[in-house]
Amino acid sequence: MNRDVSITTWILIAFGIVNIYFLTTGKLSFGLEGLGLITAVALTLAIYSFLYKDNPAFKIVENLFVGVAMGYWIIITWFNILKPDVLEPLIVPLFKDTGKSPQYIVIIPTILGIFMLLRFSTKLSWLSRWSFAFVVGLGSGITIPNFVHAFILKQMEPTFAPLYTGDILGSINTFLILLGVVSVLIYFFFSVEHKGVVGGVSVIGVWFLMVAFGASFGFTVMARMSLLIGRVQFLLRDWLGIIQ
Amino acid sequence: MHKLFSTIILTILILLYTSVIFAVERKTLIPPSDFQAFDTPNDNGKSISLRWPVSPSESADIEYVVYASRYKSVPFDTEVLRISSTTMYEENSDSNFHYAEINLEKFFGEKDIDKEKNKNYFFKLVLMSGKNTVVAETIASASPKGNWFNWLKLNNFIIMILFCGLVLYLIEHAKKNPNLYLRKISGLDAIEEALGRATEMGKPALFVHGLNGMGSISTIAAVNILGRIAKRVAEYDTELKVANIDPIVLLVSQEVVKESYLEAGRPDAYVEDNIFLAASEQFPYVAAVSGIMMRERPAANFYMGYFYAESLILAETGANTGAIQIAATDSYTQLPFFITTCDYTLMGEELYAASAYLSREPLLLGSLRAQDVGKGILIAALVIGTILTTFGIGFISYIFMAG
Repeated sequence: MNRDVSITTWILIAFGIVNIYFLTTGKLSFGLEGLGLITAVALTLAIYSFLYKDNPAFKIVENLFVGVAMGYWIIITWFNILKPDVLEPLIVPLFKDTGKSPQYIVIIPTILGIFMLLRFSTKLSWLSRWSFAFVVGLGSGITIPNFVHAFILKQMEPTFAPLYTGDILGSINTFLILLGVVSVLIYFFFSVEHKGVVGGVSVIGVWFLMVAFGASFGFTVMARMSLLIGRVQFLLRDWLGIIQ
Repeated sequence: MHKLFSTIILTILILLYTSVIFAVERKTLIPPSDFQAFDTPNDNGKSISLRWPVSPSESADIEYVVYASRYKSVPFDTEVLRISSTTMYEENSDSNFHYAEINLEKFFGEKDIDKEKNKNYFFKLVLMSGKNTVVAETIASASPKGNWFNWLKLNNFIIMILFCGLVLYLIEHAKKNPNLYLRKISGLDAIEEALGRATEMGKPALFVHGLNGMGSISTIAAVNILGRIAKRVAEYDTELKVANIDPIVLLVSQEVVKESYLEAGRPDAYVEDNIFLAASEQFPYVAAVSGIMMRERPAANFYMGYFYAESLILAETGANTGAIQIAATDSYTQLPFFITTCDYTLMGEELYAASAYLSREPLLLGSLRAQDVGKGILIAALVIGTILTTFGIGFISYIFMAG
């Protein structure tokens, strides 16, 4: 514990000295811009301190992050949904002459929205099922045709390629695609026990899945590395000015 | 005399030279003879299709430009298409015709299109080579009309109806035969193992919901599994914590866990505060759940539902705490991360299967059996279709063509 306290103290002292130096030498402005930058750096370092171990700095930033996100979400809901879709078209024209007539159709989705909140009431929570039924019904109606189109037909279309077109490598490729699709589909059979031929084919399916997941993993890790590079650039360029 | 003769010769030479130069620079542009506009079939009534035969003077540096107007008599000042003359050929026309769909909403505004239904729009085709332009003789016109049915998606509709019928039939079948066979899913045995370990160690189990709301199938499946876990936890008298990002999922989870405790005969052990809203946004959710993992060191972590970029951070933090981790998601982009960091991972449909396996609900069992039958039909179609296509018979591939 003492070791952790001394490490934290030394880091805070070093952070303070660096920022005081930057402020006094004019590398950072005394205004809002400089203060904002120092705050951003402090928050970034506090978040990364979790890599060492859980600590009070991380806890503060974690709670700040959660709180800010909640506040942001409320503001976004008000300005992007409630104000433009309910207040302005329905409620304001009811009480004030805006030159526009109230859009009474808005009442239906508003009531459905209020019904959703009634889940908090034990007596009226059954009304929220109407809203859920509407959302699930609408969602399914939109999703199912798109699902059939994108995940069945669009996937099957290129699989129907001739197995032999005169090009041996092309034929091997087509065969591998067919084998991959069929074996993976067989792996996801739940009504048949994975034994014998079915078991053998499903093992091939697992191999295909793992190859695909490996490629996806590598691709995403590279993308995550670029996020880390972005943060490190922020610290080294925008704050310390070590790199240009 | 000699001077006059020289001047005439020079003038003739200059004229000859300039005529040759102009002959080279000014290619003769021949406009297409038959420019057509017609209502785009199978659309929502907001686009017009244009079709014209290829021109003999086409080359990569020559462009087709189409101008549109609401009235025939006013200037055509709205450019709606500009393409190289060697592109956008009509399908199955052996590059003999060009074809383009013009989205009128983009150029004339959504409100105007809706207001003036059945209005004729006029189109002028121009062949352009640098500053040299030539206009097609025909001014084509058409009026956009919406279609109630997209015939290109007829196969989509039939597949959907057949599959829905199959699902309904097999749900009824499952109601009559509740012991429908489902193969064992290895990850499910691990749940028992993980909860047993948590009990032995006297540490809590942490259930982390994915980011989607109750409308998502994966969340519904996750809630079903949560019910089973909660029941087992109540029996073992272990602590269960459930992190949520969605308020509705939170309420449903509270209900489900409460019911499970009641079923297990331990309503007194139910603590509502253990099923909590960790945060309302993705990365604050990660920070909050990671913090809980580090501080409370749960012995078993369950990640169930649909996850996004947070999956690796959560599972990596959990792995660092030494917890047994079981993940189940149908988010195929996140599966690799769970596979590498968790002890057991239920992939894709295994999540739904696990839900059906544990709950034995006819609705889920029937749906799962219907999916298996559907997959069987698709495998048969793929294998037979590919063999037939190899021999030049494209009948089955035509049935499954995406419109």
